[in-house]
Amino acid sequence: MKETNSIRLEFQSRSINEGFARAAAAVFAAQLDPTLDELNDIKTAVSEAVTNCIVHAYPDSIGKILLRARSFPNNSIEIIVRDWGRGIPDVDRAREPMFTTGGDERSGMGFTIMESFMDSVKIRSAPERGTTVTMRRSISIRAARK
Amino acid sequence: MKIEERFADGELTLCLRGELDHHAAKLIAHELEGAVDKRLPSACVLDFGGVSFMDSSGIAVIIKARRRADELGASLRVVGVGRQPERVLTAAGLGRLVSIETASE
Ligand SMILES: Nc1ncnc2c1ncn2[C@@H]1O[C@H](COP(=O)(O)OP(=O)(O)O)[C@@H](O)[C@H]1O
Ligand SMILES: [Mg+2]
Repeated sequence: MKETNSIRLEFQSRSINEGFARAAAAVFAAQLDPTLDELNDIKTAVSEAVTNCIVHAYPDSIGKILLRARSFPNNSIEIIVRDWGRGIPDVDRAREPMFTTGGDERSGMGFTIMESFMDSVKIRSAPERGTTVTMRRSISIRAARK
Repeated sequence: MKIEERFADGELTLCLRGELDHHAAKLIAHELEGAVDKRLPSACVLDFGGVSFMDSSGIAVIIKARRRADELGASLRVVGVGRQPERVLTAAGLGRLVSIETASE
């Protein structure tokens, strides 16, 4: 499907940018006229994916994070969060609720939340090459609501 | 993110205000632990009334508080939970671990 609109945003893996990234994604998603819940779901999923890059992909360095968002005529949105960090050795394991390599600062619920708030979550990762998380969500059409 | 602290009759209430993400959680971790260690409360209340956004970093904060409360033999309640934080807590099934009261209750 041909995209209606798209954005690309590159930023450093500093934790202060977590708020920046989810706000940018929310402003882009707002073009699809979502409900507040839909908007917050997208914002939360982006916050999870970006935080993972900052915490896990680049644990002791500052690296590059790319956020891409695309909207489509069927009122759906695709969000891609990419890093060039450590990578995930076992993606199936990483997806399991409560699995974390982050100690007691992390809950291990990030992927679980992304999966429950988005329609689909795809993870591509290679050790020492980086990780790409692709999430899709369709937004209800305003006229069809109520 | 800002924290306000109230203490009365052994009950420590910590009011959180702002967006509770990984960045904020890092900044408040010390303050939260410090408040609990100083007061050694028998009941602990996390007031989320001012939390406008949270992600799974907030879940880690609550789980840590749960563990600390258990060590002290204290109770723990999370109150004033708004709609977005509630959706996150529900998705994570946190209601099984901690008593959660929404803002409308
Ligand atoms: N971008 C990433 N780069 C490297 N490892 C990651 C990345 N995202 C997730 N992981 C791994 O997957 C695990 C689970 O992630 P998640 O469900 O978000 O929980 P948490 O972030 O609380 O650990 C992480 O602990 C980490 O080991
Ligand atoms: Mg995470």
